[in-house]
Amino acid sequence: MSGPVERIVVPKPNHLRRNLIILGVTALIVGSAWFAGFDLGRILLNLRKGGRLLGRMFLRPDWAYTPRIVDPLLETVKMSIVGTFWGAILAFPTAVFAANNFIKNPWIAQPLRVILNITRSIPAMVMASVFVAVFGIGAFSGVMALVIFTFGLISKLTFESIEAIDQGQVEALQAVGANKPNILRYAIVPQILPQFLSYTLYGFEINVRAAAVLGYVGAGGIGQIFEQNLAWRNFDRVGLIIIISFFVVLVIDLASSAMRRKLV
Amino acid sequence: MTDRILVPKERNPLRTLYNILNYGGLAALVLWSSSGIQYLGIMQTARGTLEAILRGFILPDVAYLANWTKDGLPYAIVETVAISIAGTFASALLSIPVALLASQNIVGPRVSKLGKVIVTAVRTFPELILALIFISVVGPGAPAGILAIGIHSIGMLAKLFSEAIESMDMGVKEALDSCGATPMEVLFRAMLPEVAPEFISYTLYRFEINVRAASTLGLVGAGGIGAPLIFAIRNRAWSRVGIIMIVMVIVVTVIDLVSGRLRKKLV
Repeated sequence: MSGPVERIVVPKPNHLRRNLIILGVTALIVGSAWFAGFDLGRILLNLRKGGRLLGRMFLRPDWAYTPRIVDPLLETVKMSIVGTFWGAILAFPTAVFAANNFIKNPWIAQPLRVILNITRSIPAMVMASVFVAVFGIGAFSGVMALVIFTFGLISKLTFESIEAIDQGQVEALQAVGANKPNILRYAIVPQILPQFLSYTLYGFEINVRAAAVLGYVGAGGIGQIFEQNLAWRNFDRVGLIIIISFFVVLVIDLASSAMRRKLV
Repeated sequence: MTDRILVPKERNPLRTLYNILNYGGLAALVLWSSSGIQYLGIMQTARGTLEAILRGFILPDVAYLANWTKDGLPYAIVETVAISIAGTFASALLSIPVALLASQNIVGPRVSKLGKVIVTAVRTFPELILALIFISVVGPGAPAGILAIGIHSIGMLAKLFSEAIESMDMGVKEALDSCGATPMEVLFRAMLPEVAPEFISYTLYRFEINVRAASTLGLVGAGGIGAPLIFAIRNRAWSRVGIIMIVMVIVVTVIDLVSGRLRKKLV
C-alpha cells in the first residue's frame, strides 16, 4: 500500500547578498558608535550621577515658581500660533505652483521645490539663531524661524497631496471650459482642503515643541527662562519648567491629533 | 440664443453662523497671539547684518571645508551622521519591545493603552532637553547626542511599529501557535519577518529626521556640526556659517534622496 516515501527537498536559498548587506549595515552602525566615542561602560558608570540629577529636578520641583512661568509659556503658545498661521498662508499658493499637475511649467515648479528643500533642511533652531543675530533677542526672531520652517513643511506635504488628487474633476471642469482659477477653486481646493488643514495642525504640533526650546538661543518663549535657570543650576526650577511645559505640550498634541483624525 | 441655467445658491443661516464662528474664532486666536509678539522694530544693524550674511553665503569659508583635522568641517559632518546612525539604530532596537507593549493584538486593549500613553509621553519630551540631561550625566560630546536621539526617537518609531504590528496578518502567527511554537519562536519566525520591511522603512525615515536633529544637538554641546555652527553665528563669522549651512543642506538632501529611494524599494 505504502509506496516509496517521496522527499521534498527545498533547495537552500542563497543568502550571500542578504548576509553581505547585514554585514555592511552592522559595520556602519558599529563604526558610527565607535567614531562618536560611544562607551556603554562609561554611561553605566555615570548612571548614579544621572539619577541624582534627575532626583534634584523632579523629586522636589520648586512649585512656588509656577506663576513666573505662565507668561513665557503663553508666549510660546502664541509664537507657535502666529508662526503656523503665516507659514500656512504662505504655503498654500507655493504648494499650488510647486505641484506639477496644475501649472505644468517645470521652470516654476523645480526652483520652488529646491527652495522648499532648503528651508526644510535647515533646523528651526539654526534659523532662530541667525534671526536672533539679525533682529535681536526676543520672540519675533523665533516666530520668523517658525514661519519659514512651517512654510517649507506644509508646502511640501500639500503639493504632494495636490499631485495625488483625482484628475477626473479637473478634466470635467476643463471639458466645460473652466479657466485655471476656476479649476483651482472648484476641483483642487475642495479635494485638498481637509488635508491642508490637517497638515497645518501637524505643523502646529511640531511648532509648539520647537517653540518650547527656541528660547535656548534667545528666540523667546519658555526656553529663555529654562536656559537662565539651567545656567544658574536651579535644578528644582528646571524640573518644574520641564514638567509644566511637558503637560501643556501633551494636551495641545492630544487635542490637535484628535482634530486631525476628524478631518481626514 | 443661449439658455442660461441658474442654480440658486443655497443659503443656510445655521451654516453661515457656523462659518462666522469658525473663521471669527480663528481670527481672534491669531490676533490674540500676535498681540503677544513684540515687534521691536528692525535693529539698526539689521541691514548691515543681512548684507554680511549674504556675503558669507556668496564667499563661504572654503578653507574650513578642506580642513581634514578634528577641528575641520568634514570631521564635524561625519560625527553628525555617526550620531544619527548610532542613535537611530539604538532607538529602533529599543522601540521593538515598546511597540509590542503598545499593540492591541499582542497585549490586549488595557496594556496597549498604557503603552501608547508612554510612547506619546516620550515623543512630547524635547530632544534638546534630553540632550541637556544626558550631557550632565555623561559629559558633553557625541555620546550624549546618541542617547538623546536614541530615547527621543522611540516616541515616533514605537508608534509606527505598533501600527504596523496591529495591521499585520495574524494568520502566520496562528499557524505557528497551532503547531506548538513557543512565544519567542512566534515572535522571531512569524511576527518580525512579516513587519520587517515596514520597520526598516520607518527606521530609515526616522534616520532622515535624526540627521537634522543631530545637527541642532551641538547647540547645547551634544556633539556634531551644531557646536561650530553656533560659535560661528555668535562670532558673526558669516563666511563660516555659510559653508557650514551649504554643506549641511547638501548632506541632508543627499541622505534624504538615498534613504527615500531605499524606502521605495522596501515597501
